Amino acid sequence: MRKGDTIFFDAPPAVFCQGAVGGKRESEGPLAAGFDLLFPENSLGEETWEAAESRLQQHCLELTLQKARLTPAQLDLVLGGDLENQCTATAYHMSRVDVPFAGLYGACSTMAEALGLAACLAAGGFVRVAAALTGSHFCAAERQFRTPLGYGAKRAPVAQWTATAAGCCLVAPAGPGPRVRAVTFGRVRDYGVKDAANMGAAMAPAAAETILRYCADAGRAPADFDAVYTGDLGLVGSRLLADILKEEGLALPNHRDCGLELFDLRAQQVQAGGSGAGCSAAVLCARVLPALKAGRMRRVLFLSTGALMSQITCLQGAGIPGVAHLVELTAEEEVL
Amino acid sequence: MKLTIKRYDEMVRRASPPSKLAADCAWAFCVGGGICLLGEALRKAYLAAGFVLSDASTMTSVTLIALSAVATASGWYQKLAAKAGAGTLVPITGFANAVVSPAIEAKCEGYVPGVGAKMFLIAGPVIVYGLLASTAWGALYWFLRPWL
Repeated sequence: MRKGDTIFFDAPPAVFCQGAVGGKRESEGPLAAGFDLLFPENSLGEETWEAAESRLQQHCLELTLQKARLTPAQLDLVLGGDLENQCTATAYHMSRVDVPFAGLYGACSTMAEALGLAACLAAGGFVRVAAALTGSHFCAAERQFRTPLGYGAKRAPVAQWTATAAGCCLVAPAGPGPRVRAVTFGRVRDYGVKDAANMGAAMAPAAAETILRYCADAGRAPADFDAVYTGDLGLVGSRLLADILKEEGLALPNHRDCGLELFDLRAQQVQAGGSGAGCSAAVLCARVLPALKAGRMRRVLFLSTGALMSQITCLQGAGIPGVAHLVELTAEEEVL
Repeated sequence: MKLTIKRYDEMVRRASPPSKLAADCAWAFCVGGGICLLGEALRKAYLAAGFVLSDASTMTSVTLIALSAVATASGWYQKLAAKAGAGTLVPITGFANAVVSPAIEAKCEGYVPGVGAKMFLIAGPVIVYGLLASTAWGALYWFLRPWL
Protein backbone atom coordinates (compact mmCIF):
# COMPACT_ATOMS: atom_id res chain seq x y z
CA MET A 1 0.00 0.00 0.00
CA ARG A 2 1.27 3.45 -0.84
CA LYS A 3 0.44 6.63 0.99
CA GLY A 4 2.20 9.85 0.06
CA ASP A 5 5.86 9.00 -0.41
CA THR A 6 5.75 5.95 1.85
CA ILE A 7 5.30 2.34 0.84
CA PHE A 8 3.68 0.20 3.56
CA PHE A 9 4.00 -3.56 3.22
CA ASP A 10 0.94 -5.70 3.93
CA ALA A 11 3.20 -8.73 4.29
CA PRO A 12 6.44 -7.18 5.56
CA PRO A 13 9.58 -8.82 4.17
CA ALA A 14 12.20 -10.19 6.58
CA VAL A 15 15.84 -9.26 6.96
CA PHE A 16 16.83 -12.79 7.88
CA CYS A 17 20.57 -12.36 8.01
CA GLN A 18 23.10 -9.53 8.12
CA GLY A 19 26.85 -9.12 8.18
CA ALA A 20 29.23 -6.27 8.94
CA VAL A 21 32.94 -5.98 8.22
CA GLY A 22 35.23 -3.13 9.20
CA GLY A 23 38.77 -1.81 9.06
CA LYS A 24 41.34 -0.74 11.60
CA ARG A 25 39.72 2.37 13.04
CA GLU A 26 36.35 0.61 13.24
CA SER A 27 38.06 -2.19 15.19
CA GLU A 28 39.20 0.42 17.73
CA GLY A 29 35.76 1.99 18.02
CA PRO A 30 32.84 1.41 20.40
CA LEU A 31 30.99 -0.87 17.95
CA ALA A 32 33.89 -3.30 17.40
CA ALA A 33 32.17 -6.18 19.21
CA GLY A 34 29.18 -6.00 16.87
CA PHE A 35 31.20 -6.59 13.69
CA ASP A 36 31.47 -10.05 12.17
CA LEU A 37 34.93 -9.44 10.75
CA LEU A 38 37.51 -6.72 11.39
CA PHE A 39 40.76 -6.09 9.59
CA PRO A 40 43.79 -4.80 11.50
CA GLU A 41 45.17 -3.25 8.33
CA ASN A 42 43.18 -1.39 5.69
CA SER A 43 44.90 -2.62 2.52
CA LEU A 44 43.46 -6.12 3.04
CA GLY A 45 46.56 -7.40 1.26
CA GLU A 46 45.68 -5.61 -1.99
CA GLU A 47 47.92 -3.41 -4.15
CA THR A 48 45.47 -0.51 -4.38
CA TRP A 49 42.88 1.05 -2.07
CA GLU A 50 40.21 0.55 -4.74
CA ALA A 51 40.92 -3.18 -4.83
CA ALA A 52 40.90 -3.22 -1.02
CA GLU A 53 37.42 -1.68 -0.98
CA SER A 54 36.23 -4.26 -3.47
CA ARG A 55 37.70 -7.04 -1.34
CA LEU A 56 36.02 -5.61 1.76
CA GLN A 57 32.63 -5.98 0.07
CA GLN A 58 33.50 -9.47 -1.08
CA HIS A 59 34.27 -10.53 2.49
CA CYS A 60 31.03 -8.94 3.64
CA LEU A 61 28.82 -10.77 1.13
CA GLU A 62 30.64 -14.07 1.57
CA LEU A 63 30.43 -14.10 5.34
CA THR A 64 26.77 -13.03 5.34
CA LEU A 65 25.95 -15.89 2.98
CA GLN A 66 27.94 -18.25 5.22
CA LYS A 67 26.02 -17.06 8.28
CA ALA A 68 22.77 -17.74 6.43
CA ARG A 69 24.08 -21.10 5.14
CA LEU A 70 23.40 -20.06 1.56
CA THR A 71 25.45 -20.29 -1.61
CA PRO A 72 25.72 -17.39 -4.07
CA ALA A 73 23.59 -19.42 -6.48
CA GLN A 74 20.65 -19.06 -4.10
CA LEU A 75 20.75 -15.26 -4.37
CA ASP A 76 18.31 -13.82 -6.90
CA LEU A 77 19.74 -10.29 -6.92
CA VAL A 78 22.39 -8.13 -5.33
CA LEU A 79 21.52 -4.45 -4.91
CA GLY A 80 24.62 -2.56 -4.02
CA GLY A 81 26.90 0.39 -4.39
CA ASP A 82 29.78 2.35 -2.97
CA LEU A 83 31.38 5.78 -3.13
CA GLU A 84 33.89 5.21 -5.89
CA ASN A 85 33.38 6.75 -9.32
CA GLN A 86 31.09 4.50 -11.36
CA CYS A 87 30.62 2.27 -8.27
CA THR A 88 33.66 0.22 -9.24
CA ALA A 89 34.26 -1.34 -5.81
CA THR A 90 30.94 -3.16 -6.02
CA ALA A 91 31.04 -3.79 -9.76
CA TYR A 92 34.52 -5.36 -9.67
CA HIS A 93 33.49 -7.53 -6.75
CA MET A 94 30.33 -8.58 -8.57
CA SER A 95 32.39 -9.56 -11.61
CA ARG A 96 33.70 -12.39 -9.45
CA VAL A 97 30.24 -13.48 -8.21
CA ASP A 98 27.82 -15.13 -10.61
CA VAL A 99 24.65 -13.38 -9.40
CA PRO A 100 22.43 -10.73 -11.06
CA PHE A 101 23.51 -7.30 -9.91
CA ALA A 102 21.84 -3.89 -9.91
CA GLY A 103 24.28 -1.11 -9.03
CA LEU A 104 23.02 1.84 -7.02
CA TYR A 105 24.52 5.20 -6.30
CA GLY A 106 23.05 7.20 -3.48
CA ALA A 107 26.41 8.17 -1.95
CA CYS A 108 26.14 7.50 1.80
CA SER A 109 22.38 6.87 1.47
CA THR A 110 22.93 3.70 -0.53
CA MET A 111 22.26 1.23 2.30
CA ALA A 112 18.69 2.37 3.04
CA GLU A 113 18.09 2.73 -0.69
CA ALA A 114 19.28 -0.83 -1.36
CA LEU A 115 17.40 -2.27 1.62
CA GLY A 116 14.22 -0.40 0.66
CA LEU A 117 14.37 -1.62 -2.94
CA ALA A 118 15.19 -5.17 -1.83
CA ALA A 119 12.16 -5.09 0.48
CA CYS A 120 9.92 -3.84 -2.35
CA LEU A 121 11.12 -6.58 -4.67
CA ALA A 122 10.73 -9.24 -1.98
CA ALA A 123 7.26 -8.02 -0.99
CA GLY A 124 6.25 -8.04 -4.65
CA GLY A 125 7.39 -11.64 -4.97
CA PHE A 126 10.05 -10.81 -7.54
CA VAL A 127 12.96 -12.20 -5.54
CA ARG A 128 13.26 -15.12 -3.13
CA VAL A 129 16.44 -13.77 -1.59
CA ALA A 130 17.97 -10.37 -2.36
CA ALA A 131 21.11 -8.89 -0.86
CA ALA A 132 21.49 -5.21 -0.03
CA LEU A 133 25.22 -4.56 0.05
CA THR A 134 27.18 -1.33 0.47
CA GLY A 135 30.57 -0.29 1.68
CA SER A 136 33.15 2.45 1.70
CA HIS A 137 36.89 2.73 2.28
CA PHE A 138 38.54 5.71 3.95
CA CYS A 139 41.64 5.67 1.78
CA ALA A 140 39.82 5.24 -1.55
CA ALA A 141 37.36 8.00 -0.63
CA GLU A 142 40.05 10.44 0.54
CA ARG A 143 41.94 9.88 -2.68
CA GLN A 144 38.87 10.49 -4.81
CA PHE A 145 37.08 13.27 -2.95
CA ARG A 146 39.79 15.10 -1.02
CA THR A 147 43.58 15.08 -1.04
CA PRO A 148 46.23 12.37 -1.26
CA LEU A 149 46.57 10.40 1.97
CA GLY A 150 50.12 11.53 2.66
CA TYR A 151 49.29 15.21 2.11
CA GLY A 152 49.71 17.22 5.27
CA ALA A 153 46.35 18.87 5.76
CA LYS A 154 44.52 19.79 8.92
CA ARG A 155 40.95 18.52 9.03
CA ALA A 156 38.22 21.05 9.73
CA PRO A 157 36.21 20.55 12.95
CA VAL A 158 33.09 19.95 10.81
CA ALA A 159 34.80 17.27 8.66
CA GLN A 160 33.74 13.65 8.90
CA TRP A 161 35.72 10.44 8.67
CA THR A 162 34.77 7.99 5.91
CA ALA A 163 34.26 4.56 7.43
CA THR A 164 36.24 1.61 6.11
CA ALA A 165 33.35 -0.77 6.45
CA ALA A 166 30.69 -2.70 4.60
CA GLY A 167 27.31 -4.11 5.53
CA CYS A 168 25.10 -6.69 3.89
CA CYS A 169 21.44 -7.57 4.56
CA LEU A 170 19.69 -10.61 3.13
CA VAL A 171 16.01 -9.95 2.47
CA ALA A 172 13.29 -12.54 1.82
CA PRO A 173 9.50 -12.27 1.43
CA ALA A 174 9.00 -14.20 4.67
CA GLY A 175 10.90 -16.13 7.33
CA PRO A 176 12.57 -15.29 10.62
CA GLY A 177 14.22 -11.97 11.40
CA PRO A 178 13.32 -8.30 11.77
CA ARG A 179 10.68 -6.97 9.41
CA VAL A 180 10.78 -4.08 6.97
CA ARG A 181 7.37 -2.49 7.60
CA ALA A 182 7.64 0.57 5.42
CA VAL A 183 9.98 2.45 3.11
CA THR A 184 10.11 6.15 2.25
CA PHE A 185 12.36 7.05 -0.64
CA GLY A 186 13.62 10.55 -0.10
CA ARG A 187 13.45 13.69 -2.19
CA VAL A 188 16.64 15.51 -3.08
CA ARG A 189 17.13 18.76 -1.18
CA ASP A 190 19.75 21.42 -1.90
CA TYR A 191 19.92 24.24 0.62
CA GLY A 192 23.01 25.81 -0.87
CA VAL A 193 25.64 24.32 1.44
CA LYS A 194 28.86 24.55 -0.57
CA ASP A 195 31.44 23.44 1.97
CA ALA A 196 32.39 19.91 0.92
CA ALA A 197 33.84 19.33 4.40
CA ASN A 198 30.49 20.02 6.03
CA MET A 199 28.52 17.02 4.75
CA GLY A 200 26.27 16.82 7.79
CA ALA A 201 24.94 20.30 7.09
CA ALA A 202 24.35 19.43 3.43
CA MET A 203 22.32 16.33 4.29
CA ALA A 204 20.30 17.43 7.34
CA PRO A 205 17.45 19.12 5.39
CA ALA A 206 16.94 15.97 3.30
CA ALA A 207 16.78 13.86 6.48
CA ALA A 208 14.27 16.25 8.02
CA GLU A 209 12.16 16.19 4.85
CA THR A 210 12.02 12.39 4.77
CA ILE A 211 11.21 12.09 8.49
CA LEU A 212 8.43 14.69 8.16
CA ARG A 213 6.95 12.95 5.14
CA TYR A 214 7.09 9.53 6.79
CA CYS A 215 5.44 10.85 9.96
CA ALA A 216 2.67 12.51 7.92
CA ASP A 217 2.13 9.40 5.78
CA ALA A 218 2.21 6.93 8.68
CA GLY A 219 0.46 9.11 11.23
CA ARG A 220 3.23 8.43 13.72
CA ALA A 221 5.78 10.47 15.61
CA PRO A 222 9.46 9.72 16.25
CA ALA A 223 8.56 9.13 19.93
CA ASP A 224 6.65 5.98 18.84
CA PHE A 225 9.98 4.33 18.08
CA ASP A 226 12.84 3.05 20.23
CA ALA A 227 15.25 5.00 18.08
CA VAL A 228 15.43 7.08 14.93
CA TYR A 229 18.78 6.37 13.30
CA THR A 230 20.25 8.69 10.69
CA GLY A 231 23.15 7.60 8.51
CA ASP A 232 25.99 10.04 8.88
CA LEU A 233 24.82 13.49 9.86
CA GLY A 234 27.58 13.65 12.45
CA LEU A 235 27.75 16.29 15.14
CA VAL A 236 26.80 19.26 12.96
CA GLY A 237 24.08 17.56 10.92
CA SER A 238 22.47 16.07 14.04
CA ARG A 239 22.24 19.52 15.65
CA LEU A 240 20.76 20.92 12.45
CA LEU A 241 18.25 18.07 12.11
CA ALA A 242 17.00 18.74 15.64
CA ASP A 243 16.79 22.49 14.88
CA ILE A 244 14.87 22.00 11.61
CA LEU A 245 12.39 19.53 13.11
CA LYS A 246 11.90 21.80 16.13
CA GLU A 247 10.93 24.63 13.78
CA GLU A 248 8.53 22.25 12.04
CA GLY A 249 7.04 21.34 15.41
CA LEU A 250 8.26 17.73 15.54
CA ALA A 251 10.12 16.49 18.61
CA LEU A 252 12.96 14.03 18.01
CA PRO A 253 13.76 12.69 21.47
CA ASN A 254 15.36 9.41 20.47
CA HIS A 255 17.63 10.40 17.62
CA ARG A 256 20.85 8.50 17.10
CA ASP A 257 23.36 8.95 14.34
CA CYS A 258 25.40 6.10 12.89
CA GLY A 259 28.32 8.49 12.34
CA LEU A 260 28.36 9.29 16.05
CA GLU A 261 28.00 5.64 17.15
CA LEU A 262 30.66 4.06 14.94
CA PHE A 263 33.56 6.04 16.42
CA ASP A 264 34.53 7.59 19.72
CA LEU A 265 34.74 11.17 18.49
CA ARG A 266 37.26 12.49 20.99
CA ALA A 267 39.49 9.48 21.47
CA GLN A 268 39.62 8.55 17.78
CA GLN A 269 39.93 12.12 16.48
CA VAL A 270 37.32 11.83 13.76
CA GLN A 271 36.18 15.47 14.10
CA ALA A 272 32.38 15.60 13.56
CA GLY A 273 31.92 11.82 13.29
CA GLY A 274 31.95 8.97 10.80
CA SER A 275 30.51 9.01 7.30
CA GLY A 276 30.50 7.01 4.10
CA ALA A 277 28.25 4.43 2.53
CA GLY A 278 29.76 1.84 4.86
CA CYS A 279 29.00 3.86 8.00
CA SER A 280 25.23 3.44 8.10
CA ALA A 281 25.53 -0.04 6.55
CA ALA A 282 27.89 -1.21 9.29
CA VAL A 283 25.88 0.33 12.14
CA LEU A 284 22.68 -1.19 10.72
CA CYS A 285 24.25 -4.64 10.52
CA ALA A 286 26.44 -4.47 13.63
CA ARG A 287 24.04 -2.75 16.02
CA VAL A 288 20.48 -2.07 14.83
CA LEU A 289 19.49 -5.42 13.31
CA PRO A 290 21.16 -7.51 16.08
CA ALA A 291 19.32 -5.36 18.67
CA LEU A 292 16.00 -5.97 16.89
CA LYS A 293 16.74 -9.68 16.76
CA ALA A 294 17.68 -9.86 20.42
CA GLY A 295 14.68 -7.78 21.50
CA ARG A 296 16.77 -4.89 22.89
CA MET A 297 14.85 -2.69 20.45
CA ARG A 298 11.40 -3.32 19.00
CA ARG A 299 10.78 -0.52 16.51
CA VAL A 300 13.32 1.59 14.70
CA LEU A 301 13.32 4.16 11.93
CA PHE A 302 16.51 3.80 9.96
CA LEU A 303 17.63 6.51 7.54
CA SER A 304 20.72 6.67 5.39
CA THR A 305 21.71 10.13 4.28
CA GLY A 306 23.69 10.92 1.15
CA ALA A 307 25.45 13.98 -0.24
CA LEU A 308 25.14 13.77 -4.01
CA MET A 309 27.96 16.01 -5.19
CA SER A 310 31.11 15.23 -7.13
CA GLN A 311 34.55 16.81 -6.99
CA ILE A 312 33.75 18.62 -10.23
CA THR A 313 30.44 20.16 -9.09
CA CYS A 314 32.13 21.26 -5.87
CA LEU A 315 34.92 23.01 -7.80
CA GLN A 316 32.30 24.67 -9.98
CA GLY A 317 30.77 26.17 -6.87
CA ALA A 318 27.45 24.31 -6.99
CA GLY A 319 25.58 23.53 -3.76
CA ILE A 320 25.59 20.00 -2.35
CA PRO A 321 22.27 18.19 -2.86
CA GLY A 322 21.33 15.76 -0.12
CA VAL A 323 18.98 12.80 -0.03
CA ALA A 324 17.73 10.54 2.76
CA HIS A 325 15.90 7.25 2.44
CA LEU A 326 13.96 5.78 5.35
CA VAL A 327 13.25 2.18 6.29
CA GLU A 328 10.92 1.28 9.15
CA LEU A 329 12.20 -1.81 10.92
CA THR A 330 10.53 -3.81 13.67
CA ALA A 331 11.25 -6.97 15.60
CA GLU A 332 9.85 -10.12 13.97
CA GLU A 333 6.83 -10.64 16.22
CA GLU A 334 6.09 -6.95 16.87
CA VAL A 335 2.38 -6.23 16.43
CA LEU A 336 1.59 -2.68 15.41
CA MET B 1 9.27 22.35 4.96
CA LYS B 2 9.18 26.05 5.77
CA LEU B 3 12.97 26.27 5.79
CA THR B 4 14.52 28.87 3.49
CA ILE B 5 18.09 28.88 2.14
CA LYS B 6 18.88 32.13 3.99
CA ARG B 7 17.54 30.86 7.30
CA TYR B 8 19.38 27.56 6.88
CA ASP B 9 22.63 29.35 6.18
CA GLU B 10 22.32 31.07 9.57
CA MET B 11 21.52 27.76 11.26
CA VAL B 12 24.54 26.07 9.66
CA ARG B 13 26.85 28.84 10.82
CA ARG B 14 25.53 28.56 14.36
CA ALA B 15 25.73 24.74 14.43
CA SER B 16 29.23 24.38 12.94
CA PRO B 17 31.99 24.46 15.55
CA PRO B 18 34.80 26.90 14.73
CA SER B 19 38.47 25.93 14.62
CA LYS B 20 40.34 26.21 17.91
CA LEU B 21 42.20 29.28 16.82
CA ALA B 22 44.52 29.73 19.81
CA ALA B 23 45.59 26.08 19.97
CA ASP B 24 45.96 25.84 16.19
CA CYS B 25 48.09 29.00 16.08
CA ALA B 26 50.27 27.76 18.93
CA TRP B 27 50.86 24.45 17.17
CA ALA B 28 51.56 26.17 13.84
CA PHE B 29 53.95 28.63 15.50
CA CYS B 30 55.91 25.96 17.37
CA VAL B 31 56.13 23.37 14.58
CA GLY B 32 56.67 25.92 11.80
CA GLY B 33 59.23 27.70 13.96
CA GLY B 34 60.87 24.37 14.74
CA ILE B 35 61.25 23.54 11.05
CA CYS B 36 62.78 26.99 10.41
CA LEU B 37 65.09 26.50 13.38
CA LEU B 38 66.19 23.18 11.92
CA GLY B 39 66.84 25.00 8.63
CA GLU B 40 68.94 27.60 10.40
CA ALA B 41 70.92 24.93 12.24
CA LEU B 42 71.52 23.11 8.96
CA ARG B 43 72.67 26.33 7.27
CA LYS B 44 75.10 27.06 10.08
CA ALA B 45 76.38 23.48 9.91
CA TYR B 46 76.93 23.72 6.14
CA LEU B 47 78.71 27.08 6.59
CA ALA B 48 80.89 25.53 9.30
CA ALA B 49 81.64 22.65 6.93
CA GLY B 50 83.13 25.15 4.49
CA PHE B 51 80.28 25.82 2.02
CA VAL B 52 79.95 29.38 0.70
CA LEU B 53 76.76 31.21 1.74
CA SER B 54 74.76 30.57 -1.46
CA ASP B 55 75.73 26.87 -1.51
CA ALA B 56 74.94 26.47 2.18
CA SER B 57 71.47 27.99 1.63
CA THR B 58 70.80 25.69 -1.33
CA MET B 59 72.05 22.65 0.60
CA THR B 60 69.72 23.61 3.48
CA SER B 61 66.70 23.70 1.15
CA VAL B 62 67.69 20.42 -0.47
CA THR B 63 68.14 18.73 2.90
CA LEU B 64 64.77 19.95 4.19
CA ILE B 65 63.06 18.78 0.99
CA ALA B 66 64.71 15.35 1.28
CA LEU B 67 63.71 15.05 4.95
CA SER B 68 60.14 16.04 4.11
CA ALA B 69 59.98 13.48 1.30
CA VAL B 70 61.16 10.72 3.64
CA ALA B 71 58.73 11.83 6.35
CA THR B 72 55.88 11.92 3.80
CA ALA B 73 56.70 8.47 2.48
CA SER B 74 56.75 7.02 5.98
CA GLY B 75 53.47 8.75 6.90
CA TRP B 76 54.94 10.93 9.67
CA TYR B 77 54.51 14.24 7.93
CA GLN B 78 50.77 13.85 7.60
CA LYS B 79 50.46 12.93 11.28
CA LEU B 80 52.40 16.03 12.30
CA ALA B 81 50.44 18.21 9.86
CA ALA B 82 47.12 17.04 11.32
CA LYS B 83 48.16 18.97 14.44
CA ALA B 84 50.43 21.64 13.05
CA GLY B 85 48.34 22.88 10.11
CA ALA B 86 50.00 25.93 8.59
CA GLY B 87 53.14 25.15 10.60
CA THR B 88 53.93 22.27 8.25
CA LEU B 89 52.27 23.80 5.19
CA VAL B 90 54.15 27.08 4.88
CA PRO B 91 57.85 26.02 5.09
CA ILE B 92 59.55 24.43 2.08
CA THR B 93 58.86 21.02 3.64
CA GLY B 94 55.14 21.60 3.00
CA PHE B 95 55.81 22.14 -0.69
CA ALA B 96 57.86 18.94 -0.84
CA ASN B 97 55.02 17.09 0.90
CA ALA B 98 52.53 18.47 -1.64
CA VAL B 99 54.61 17.02 -4.50
CA VAL B 100 55.63 13.72 -2.93
CA SER B 101 52.25 12.68 -1.51
CA PRO B 102 50.30 12.62 -4.82
CA ALA B 103 53.31 11.05 -6.55
CA ILE B 104 53.35 8.14 -4.10
CA GLU B 105 49.63 7.69 -4.32
CA ALA B 106 49.44 7.80 -8.13
CA LYS B 107 52.13 5.14 -8.53
CA CYS B 108 49.46 2.44 -8.98
CA GLU B 109 48.19 4.32 -12.04
CA GLY B 110 51.52 4.09 -13.87
CA TYR B 111 54.59 6.30 -14.12
CA VAL B 112 53.34 8.55 -16.94
CA PRO B 113 49.57 9.11 -16.38
CA GLY B 114 49.95 8.46 -12.65
CA VAL B 115 53.15 9.73 -11.03
CA GLY B 116 54.17 12.06 -13.87
CA ALA B 117 50.80 13.74 -14.32
CA LYS B 118 49.46 13.75 -10.79
CA MET B 119 52.67 14.76 -9.02
CA PHE B 120 51.77 18.42 -9.54
CA LEU B 121 48.10 18.09 -8.66
CA ILE B 122 48.47 20.27 -5.57
CA ALA B 123 51.79 22.00 -6.23
CA GLY B 124 50.95 22.82 -9.86
CA PRO B 125 48.94 25.97 -9.11
CA VAL B 126 51.68 27.17 -6.74
CA ILE B 127 54.25 26.80 -9.52
CA VAL B 128 52.03 28.41 -12.19
CA TYR B 129 51.00 31.42 -10.14
CA GLY B 130 54.42 31.67 -8.50
CA LEU B 131 56.03 31.97 -11.94
CA LEU B 132 53.36 34.40 -13.07
CA ALA B 133 53.88 36.60 -10.01
CA SER B 134 57.65 36.55 -10.40
CA THR B 135 57.33 37.45 -14.10
CA ALA B 136 55.03 40.35 -13.26
CA TRP B 137 57.37 41.56 -10.55
CA GLY B 138 60.33 41.16 -12.92
CA ALA B 139 58.65 43.38 -15.52
CA LEU B 140 57.75 45.96 -12.89
CA TYR B 141 61.28 45.89 -11.53
CA TRP B 142 62.66 46.50 -15.03
CA PHE B 143 60.63 49.70 -15.28
CA LEU B 144 61.38 50.84 -11.73
CA ARG B 145 65.08 50.06 -11.81
CA PRO B 146 66.31 53.41 -13.25
CA TRP B 147 64.82 55.18 -10.22
CA LEU B 148 66.00 52.74 -7.56
